[in-house]
Amino acid sequence: MSSETTLTAIPTGVVGKQAPGIWGFNGSQLIALLLLVAALGLAPFFLYPVFVMKLLCFALFACAFNLLIGYVGLMSFGHAAYFGMGGYIAGHAAKVWGLTPELSIIAGGLVGAGLGVLGGWLAIRRQGIYFAMITMALAQMVYFFCVQAPFTGGEDGIQAIPRGKLFGVISMDSDMAMYWLVAVVFLMGFMFIHRIIHSPFGQVMKAIRENEPRTTSLGYRTDDYKLVAFILSCGLAGVAGAVKTLVFGIATLTDVHFSMSGEVVLMTLVGGLGTIFGPVIGAAVVVGMQNYLAEMGAWVTVIQGGIFVACVLAFRRGIVGEIGNLFKVKL
Amino acid sequence: MDEIFGIPAPLLFGQLLLGLINGAFYAMLSLGLAVIFGLLNIINFTHGAQFMMGAFAAWMLLAWAGLGYWWALVLAPIIVGFTGIILEKLFISRLYKLDHLYGLLLTLGLGLIIEGVFRNQFGSSGLPYRIPAELSGAWDLGFMYMPIYRGWVVVAALFFCISTWLIIEKTRLGAYLRAATERAELVQAFGINVPRMITLTYGAGVALAAVAGVLAAPIYSVNPQMGSNLIIVVFAVVVIGGMGSILGSIITGFGLGIVEGLTKVFYPEASATVIFVIMAIVLLARPAGLFGRA
Repeated sequence: MSSETTLTAIPTGVVGKQAPGIWGFNGSQLIALLLLVAALGLAPFFLYPVFVMKLLCFALFACAFNLLIGYVGLMSFGHAAYFGMGGYIAGHAAKVWGLTPELSIIAGGLVGAGLGVLGGWLAIRRQGIYFAMITMALAQMVYFFCVQAPFTGGEDGIQAIPRGKLFGVISMDSDMAMYWLVAVVFLMGFMFIHRIIHSPFGQVMKAIRENEPRTTSLGYRTDDYKLVAFILSCGLAGVAGAVKTLVFGIATLTDVHFSMSGEVVLMTLVGGLGTIFGPVIGAAVVVGMQNYLAEMGAWVTVIQGGIFVACVLAFRRGIVGEIGNLFKVKL
Repeated sequence: MDEIFGIPAPLLFGQLLLGLINGAFYAMLSLGLAVIFGLLNIINFTHGAQFMMGAFAAWMLLAWAGLGYWWALVLAPIIVGFTGIILEKLFISRLYKLDHLYGLLLTLGLGLIIEGVFRNQFGSSGLPYRIPAELSGAWDLGFMYMPIYRGWVVVAALFFCISTWLIIEKTRLGAYLRAATERAELVQAFGINVPRMITLTYGAGVALAAVAGVLAAPIYSVNPQMGSNLIIVVFAVVVIGGMGSILGSIITGFGLGIVEGLTKVFYPEASATVIFVIMAIVLLARPAGLFGRA
């Protein structure tokens, strides 16, 4: 890996110096968090709740992905495998086993994490672009597994998945009820990721991102840290996939396909690699774009590709990174 | 000689041949990736799209200009290689000082753009491209019928692979190339125009993908997704072989194609995943790849 510029050329790398704040959020992040919570509370009254739920699922997915690329410097090109598999398991659990939504979501997260143990164990043996290629190939293997495995329903997917009753009591059939569940899961995931980043474990993650050999020389077993970070990220991706499945009542091959892995990279890149709020904004941009440009067909792919190119050439900090740079704050 | 291991011989040889053909494409594509990576330090994600462009170039030359297969085999790589040179000049060359992964993201974006444009223009159902008259028909080899075109693909792919290897290992140009792969600054200090060499190398790697595309056009239907499905397997092939050795990527490509073909005979359910399983095993046993340098 070139030592001249690391992947995240964002001025976040002041490891060790923590600004005072609440729960590890500094002042500007606290304002952004309050805005986010307010937006979560108001959004379903102004926007179509299902659309906002979809957005939140992808936002959590992108945050989970960003935990790897933004804070450990690991570029996974196969995160759709964990997202989609979490969705399949949650769908199967809710439909066939009749589990309640919270248990289905937990099952999705656990399977995502379990798959992450295997994938991470293999992928961390190589670095840089090889890591990206390995995660991508493993995800393709999962995709073919899902095409053939009987429980996924092949091309049809799992359909008509019931949302069920939360804790066996509260029916989730109305979109508003489901919305609050999704919002709570998203916020919990978001805070969990924030907590990881600001833990001692997270400091080592960032040290690995900045300079892995030096971190090794300080006595940290970097492979173990990378693996744990990978598993955490995959587990959260599984949770995101599980929630998405329950929202739409359907789990299909789209969610395990490579293009989904590409989309989450795009979301994170657009929002800002290595920023806490970036993936949320990025997910909003990409999902919103897909929603409003849906009738343009394949041009959406072209636009997405164009955004990739523009981000890489001119806009490497992403939206949130640029804002943070403009106001000299860390978001 | 009717049955081998309880498998009818024609089936076995048929699948072996199919495997060999897939292997030919794996070898040509992974070779191009390895050559590009060696000098540019970039994994060319656009490679699948450029393979597809090669096939479409052949189709367009026939449909719009009336130029047949043999012309396509010469012209398509030149045209597509030239577009590659333009991409390198305009975009990719700006990233050499950054992390590898930005190159990957940029070429991924370029691939999406190309694929999307072709899908808008030609739909995703696929266009037929006829086998040239000289190569249609089949030979009776005694134990199986071999379609001449399929044999031709294997021979042609071997020819292109070995030529590339000879150019890199045995010519002066190849020596410059290998030297620049090791220490670009030093080669530049000897008065060789390294940036131009990088541009031309990218063009050549892309042209190799386009040749593979032309060879593939009569076998698969020409459609915008034909490259993206193949390229992920090729990445696994690259991980298995390691990008350190040119000959290594050729051998790995053909070998894995054959393994895949055999899997189709003996355990068809696993044929789509066998290469990824092999990748996992190789990563456990020899993380640097079969021919890679750690």
